[in-house]
Amino acid sequence: MRPATLLMRTPRTIPRSAPSLGVRARSLATVADPPVRRYGGLKDQDRIFTNLFCRHDHGIKGAQSRGDWHKTKEILLKGDSWIIQTMKDSGLRGRGGAGFPSGLKWSFMNKPGWEKDKRPRYLVVNADEGEPGTCKDREIMRGDPHKLVEGCLVAGRAMNATAAYIYIRGEFYQEAGHVQQAIDEAYKAGFIGKNACGSGYDFDVYLHRGAGAYICGEETALIESLEGKQGKPRLKPPFPADVGLFGCPSTVANVETIAVAPTIARRGGSWFAGFGRERNSGTKLFCVSGHVNNPCVVEEEMSIPLQELLEKHCGGIRGGWQNLKGIIPGGCSVPVIPRETCEQVLMDYDSLKDAQTSLGTGAVIVMDQTTDMISAIARFAKFYKHESCGQCTPCREGTTWMMNMMDRMVEGRAQEREIDMLLELTKQVEGHTICALGDAAAWPIQGLMRHFRPEVEQRIAQFHAKNGQVLFGGKLLSETDTRYAVPDNLGGDARRSIASPA
Amino acid sequence: MSLRSALAPLRQAVRVTPRRAFGSSASRQSESLFVHRDTDYNNPNIKFEFTPENLKEAQKIIDRYPPQYKKAACMPILDLGQRQNGGWTSISVMNAVAKLLEMPKMRVYEVATFYTMYNREPVATNFVQLCTTTPCQLGGCGSTKILETIESHLNVHPGQTTKDGKFTLIEVECLGACSNAPMMQINDDFYEDLTPETTIQVLQALSKGERPKPGPQSGRRTSENSAGLTTLTGPPPKPGQFNLPEFQ
Repeated sequence: MRPATLLMRTPRTIPRSAPSLGVRARSLATVADPPVRRYGGLKDQDRIFTNLFCRHDHGIKGAQSRGDWHKTKEILLKGDSWIIQTMKDSGLRGRGGAGFPSGLKWSFMNKPGWEKDKRPRYLVVNADEGEPGTCKDREIMRGDPHKLVEGCLVAGRAMNATAAYIYIRGEFYQEAGHVQQAIDEAYKAGFIGKNACGSGYDFDVYLHRGAGAYICGEETALIESLEGKQGKPRLKPPFPADVGLFGCPSTVANVETIAVAPTIARRGGSWFAGFGRERNSGTKLFCVSGHVNNPCVVEEEMSIPLQELLEKHCGGIRGGWQNLKGIIPGGCSVPVIPRETCEQVLMDYDSLKDAQTSLGTGAVIVMDQTTDMISAIARFAKFYKHESCGQCTPCREGTTWMMNMMDRMVEGRAQEREIDMLLELTKQVEGHTICALGDAAAWPIQGLMRHFRPEVEQRIAQFHAKNGQVLFGGKLLSETDTRYAVPDNLGGDARRSIASPA
Repeated sequence: MSLRSALAPLRQAVRVTPRRAFGSSASRQSESLFVHRDTDYNNPNIKFEFTPENLKEAQKIIDRYPPQYKKAACMPILDLGQRQNGGWTSISVMNAVAKLLEMPKMRVYEVATFYTMYNREPVATNFVQLCTTTPCQLGGCGSTKILETIESHLNVHPGQTTKDGKFTLIEVECLGACSNAPMMQINDDFYEDLTPETTIQVLQALSKGERPKPGPQSGRRTSENSAGLTTLTGPPPKPGQFNLPEFQ
């Protein structure tokens, strides 16, 4: 296996393999260098979402003219194991953030002896897109709703589901309208419902609108919410594949994962696997927001270098690449990376993992030098405080606490030691909750302190220089009641370890 | 109940300014109150019934779920009730939903307090929800500027309704249109790519009773590159094109 660090360099710094082949002396046992492959530059003919920008008709006629619902019957007749094998061959990994191999996940529904289980079986599509920075599913549902409905049928056939529920976030009113229109049209055309596409397979698709709760994007919270309860995540096990929606076997999958399935089935798993690096194959929708000249949503090949993605499709960073401060490459839950790292990473699961961050949903949030990084991350802390469902104590209390501390850090009203206290707090939230919201709240702060700690320290030093010593908790030493002794655990006697800028 | 309601005017008459208990301080961990307090505009005695059309619609919604899981329809039907009730969910709406779905009332209250899209206080005809999460804070001219614009134009702060009763402004978390930042949602419509000027134009049109065109206000159609398409420039492929031989 090739070390990942080799691949993480930018195309510019990768040594040209052609001259080096002739120069370098080889001993007998060495193998030839693998050819250097550059990723990115996906052709239009290989793009799956051909109506991403709503330039064409999103109705059934337009969808059929773009190749949707073409020979769907033949795909269904191939059977569940063929579809799942195709997904496994394609190397598709879940596009909702966790990146779990989709073929494997779908196969959990078909355990040996599943036929004897008389319960209904459900596919649940997670269209509760609420991760700040992410706006890809919205474009799919606006422009290509039929791809999603057809995907429900194909994925449903693969896991032998009886029905699919599409859980769309409540704010997406127009998008819900488009999806509902697509469902109605597909029923009318006989593509879904009894004897779907004439394949002898019965399959229903329903739309369910949420009502504004980020936590419902978590799979078990989504199931709870779909059952008409508060969206509070469930403990696992039992996993949804055993006991899920309405107590029946269910699988929750992201919109993009489901919507690419029919095209993969029609073009073959190896076509999809041909894009991107090994184990990170396929195409992916990237949504770029923040300080780029032309923010946009774009479908590109996986493993495209981050810098190339921004320069090719988004008109580059405002004020040029050198004006870049940091990038959050996968939605607000993942740690920020500084410019030097941005030059090296490829947009795929493994490369970003090596850079101690994550691909997440492919939501790239760009921040240039004018950004107050501390304030940007503090705003995320507020977001998580607002969205914590309140079920687990570490998250409910921790997010509030993190928000309060981050708000003080923005001002600089803290002690240097409190940075480590904050980090310790994030460690105490992370991994101690039912769902991953606690982790997601902790990671942005950890990322900030990992890469931008000097900035935080400088802010604190500036505040100290102006206002004097601050006690733990943000109170000024000068404001304390001097008639009483200040407890020594408030840090009032701490010596400043960082020289003040003045 | 009858005794309580009989005593209510008496209680109001003798009500004095609440005295703070010893050692207590105002504890508000959340942004909104989750406890219902009867008021003259929101109490269980105010009648609310679904209209026949909405009952038909409700039946359609209930049919989507397994018959023994009628309560799964709680969220969509609360939304239906909120729309009928002029944009907010009163306690009577919740009770009507509980009755319709044969659920304990408390289960409906739980749902209505958990989700942010159920407004438990009346809102104006134009419910302005401005996204201020980081991507909107950064993108375009930044949501902070838009917030200032709206505040000065309408003369309200987040959480307040204008004096003429036309606009309610709130700040919300990410609405999922980050490439089109900054953006706001007014009732069901997204207004994206805002600048202070276009924000004021939208608000002015709404106060005149018009409905400005939703979507990006900058001239681009959706979330494509505003300097010209970098992808999907040609015609889309024909059915069967590029497929495996068996699916052509």
